[in-house]
Amino acid sequence: MSSVTTTAPATGSSPAALSLLWIAGVVLLAAVPFLAPNLQLLVNFALAKGLAVVGVTVLLRAGQVSFGHALFFGISAYIGAFVMASVPGMDFFGILIAGTLGAALAGLVVGLFVVRYRGIFFGMLNLAFSMIFWSILEKFYHITGGADGIRLTRPTVLGMELGRDAFELFLYYTAIVLVVGLGWFTIRWFASPVGQLFQTIKTNETRLEYLGISPRRAMLSGYLLSAALCGVGGILMATAQGVVTPEYVWWVRSAEMVFIAVLGGAGSVRGAFLGALIYEFVRTYASAYAGDVWQMLLGAFLLVIILFAPGGIIGIFERVFARGKGTS
Amino acid sequence: MNLTTFLLALFDGVSYAALVFIVALGLTLIFGVMRILNVAHGSLYAIGAYATVSLVGWVLALGAAPILAFPLMIVSAILVGVLIGGPVEYLLLRRIYDKPEVLQLLVTFAVFMILEDVQRLVWGTQPYFEAQALRALGNVTVFGVTYTVYQLILLPLVALTLLVGLRFFLRRTVTGKLITATTEDREAAQSIGIDADRVFLLTFVMGAILAGLGGALASPTTSILPGMGADMIVLSFAVVATAGLGQIEGAAIAALMIGMGRSFAIYIWPEVAVLVPYLIMVLVLLVRPEGLFGSPAARKI
Amino acid sequence: MTEPLLETRDLVIRFGGVTAADHVSLKIEAGRNLAIIGPNGAGKTTFLNICSGWIKPSAGSVHFEGEDITRLPPRKIVTRGVARAFQIPQLFTEHTALENLLIAASARDGLRNPLRSMHGIDARDEMMHLLDMVNCADVADRVVVELSEGERKLIDIAVALALKPRLLLMDEPTSGVASSQKDEIMEILIKALSEANVTSVFVEHDMSIVQTYADEVAVWNAGNVQLRGTPSEVLEHPDVIRDVIGEEIA
Ligand SMILES: Nc1ncnc2c1ncn2[C@@H]1O[C@H](COP(=O)(O)OP(=O)(O)OP(=O)(O)O)[C@@H](O)[C@H]1O
Ligand SMILES: [Mg+2]
Repeated sequence: MSSVTTTAPATGSSPAALSLLWIAGVVLLAAVPFLAPNLQLLVNFALAKGLAVVGVTVLLRAGQVSFGHALFFGISAYIGAFVMASVPGMDFFGILIAGTLGAALAGLVVGLFVVRYRGIFFGMLNLAFSMIFWSILEKFYHITGGADGIRLTRPTVLGMELGRDAFELFLYYTAIVLVVGLGWFTIRWFASPVGQLFQTIKTNETRLEYLGISPRRAMLSGYLLSAALCGVGGILMATAQGVVTPEYVWWVRSAEMVFIAVLGGAGSVRGAFLGALIYEFVRTYASAYAGDVWQMLLGAFLLVIILFAPGGIIGIFERVFARGKGTS
Repeated sequence: MNLTTFLLALFDGVSYAALVFIVALGLTLIFGVMRILNVAHGSLYAIGAYATVSLVGWVLALGAAPILAFPLMIVSAILVGVLIGGPVEYLLLRRIYDKPEVLQLLVTFAVFMILEDVQRLVWGTQPYFEAQALRALGNVTVFGVTYTVYQLILLPLVALTLLVGLRFFLRRTVTGKLITATTEDREAAQSIGIDADRVFLLTFVMGAILAGLGGALASPTTSILPGMGADMIVLSFAVVATAGLGQIEGAAIAALMIGMGRSFAIYIWPEVAVLVPYLIMVLVLLVRPEGLFGSPAARKI
Repeated sequence: MTEPLLETRDLVIRFGGVTAADHVSLKIEAGRNLAIIGPNGAGKTTFLNICSGWIKPSAGSVHFEGEDITRLPPRKIVTRGVARAFQIPQLFTEHTALENLLIAASARDGLRNPLRSMHGIDARDEMMHLLDMVNCADVADRVVVELSEGERKLIDIAVALALKPRLLLMDEPTSGVASSQKDEIMEILIKALSEANVTSVFVEHDMSIVQTYADEVAVWNAGNVQLRGTPSEVLEHPDVIRDVIGEEIA
């Protein structure tokens, strides 16, 4: 897993051409509602998930994997649902902020505990916390609706009541804006001093401590960011689907996020979105044929990537591109 | 809480702790020797349970005596260990011992995802229940509380035997000493001619058998459902983490704490019962980050 | 009498049967570079570990500029002005040499703008200068894993210097460095330290380096200071010739 490649632009490949390609990708996404309206919802889901995957990616940069980040995705979604239920006619931006803040707050509480751990403990304790929340959602059904979950009514947008199509279109473009904005932010954060200190956890905490920095605090900074990103993704997903269920925090969801992060290219923000899009497409069309063995395919594919293509899709992509330019 | 409910909770706790301990023992053994946390351990537990139900159901349908269920449990456990554990170590884990911990974790996680679907393909999603073994041993009455011999006596006995047996095996037998030596210093062990690859394979198969045995023994006491593997990996991790990774006796005590905590919660506040194991783990780790019996690994600089 | 920069009182630590610090009491005066010599396993690294907070002694105390720092974690001791370079270099192995220093500078200067690239920070020139000083400017943009042991040792020292400490603890600073370079490096280092008003304590096995660059020498043996004095006093002492120098030559 190469992790610091963004700090020094990959030598040799052509950054300008690559960025053009990414811009073209975003423009293409923006055109989806006109070119292929039946894909709009699917892409919307992928973008929501992609944000959560970026959350997992952040942690991978510090060499850590969380098997429970669906927790923050779900907490945010449920906060959105509760707020919509208790404040009728709530604004979209209201629940977006409430959900994200809630996820960040949960990230702080869980984070204060889990940042003491690395590796196995970190991964598994995150899983444990998500299982705890999942059980709460299932058991306290008089509040949470149990396995059936809670339906969300359509929020207003800046005070306007939108029809279904208009709201979906609004949501779609909001998702694109958030993806571009938060993706950009995260990439900048990785390159910033705070982000760099966070990433040193992967290679040497002893030195970090001897620079006068608390490794736990450095870890917490990244953990908060990752929880908040999952929170934004969760709200987008909840409003796009119109219902939240305990499945949002089920471990399979967390596994899916880790899978996509590794698929896209562990540590790469763009890879996270690329991975999420590919994943969502394949899932939608393949699970009709392979629904019974879907997880098995994911698991097998995960093994193949880890053992044979540790750079993920983005690694292959950038290598091909670098070769195309005739540089090494 | 009157005496009857108290005793019921106590017995529930003991039998539950025994089961969880057997699974956790495999997990902590593998970790102690190989430094790998096998996330797929929960699936091996589930498959052990499914395999037992199928085998027992099939053999008893042929008219065999219910008591035959017991050897079949052992057969199932060994099948799980050898047929699944063996290849997983041999084909996969062997390639990643020198890789970062995160990658190892991801690999066993991928195996977990695969095995969860394997169960569903083979056994479907409907619940199974096969309690012949439980009934075959009958009940005992203690202070007016009637409880199954299987859960109150057999399970704790098996757990205790395994604990003592494993201790003896590791400390007194040649193979056990080879394992301990490899655990302490893999390179040194190899330099004196120990085949570390075989030691790892053996350890992993043993750990997998313990997972399978846990499932086999659990099968008469519960419905067998998809998802039980996911629950068990988190639960046995909670036991192992509470004890301290790699601590064998500690796992027994942690299993008792967690088992008791959960069973008493069921009688007092059932909604939170499933949370109790995690609460215990979190509380212990807050005070002792390395677990009750673990010691902090100071990095030499 | 002026207050010592660093003072230890009666430090004790045991590892199993080994007493790695056996009532160590030592005063380090500002401006006087102290070399620590002694056989392998004498407890030299352990002493630095205790002074920098990595290991907590079972008895005794450490004082820096009069403040009791015995119970402080390493990072708090660092922020008070004690930096450290290690026997085994402690670097961010996936970052480049320059990035290692930039990260150190960011840690030192505090973290203000979260969106400013680390490469754009003001301290960049200063860090390049430090790399130049330890003869590593040519590998500034190489990732640490690709560097030689000697280069890593030097970059490790540069990282410690980047923190602008008042006391610098160095564990065998030139081990792994090509012997042709050793003198040059030490020369520049000691000069830079005195210019920046940094006192150093360095563990060293090379007696000619000790002879040339130390103002004082402390001889460690079995967890305690056996002898202390100027380089010529100490290096000519019969015990030292027998116990330490003999072993270095063997
Ligand atoms: N964290 C530790 N745990 C256990 N024993 C330790 C630890 N640190 C040091 N020791 C032991 O304490 C003794 C002193 O070790 P130390 O590293 O301080 O020696 P040293 O003088 O630096 O030797 P060298 O010249 O080989 O670097 C040794 O016997 C060592 O094995
Ligand atoms: Mg040393």
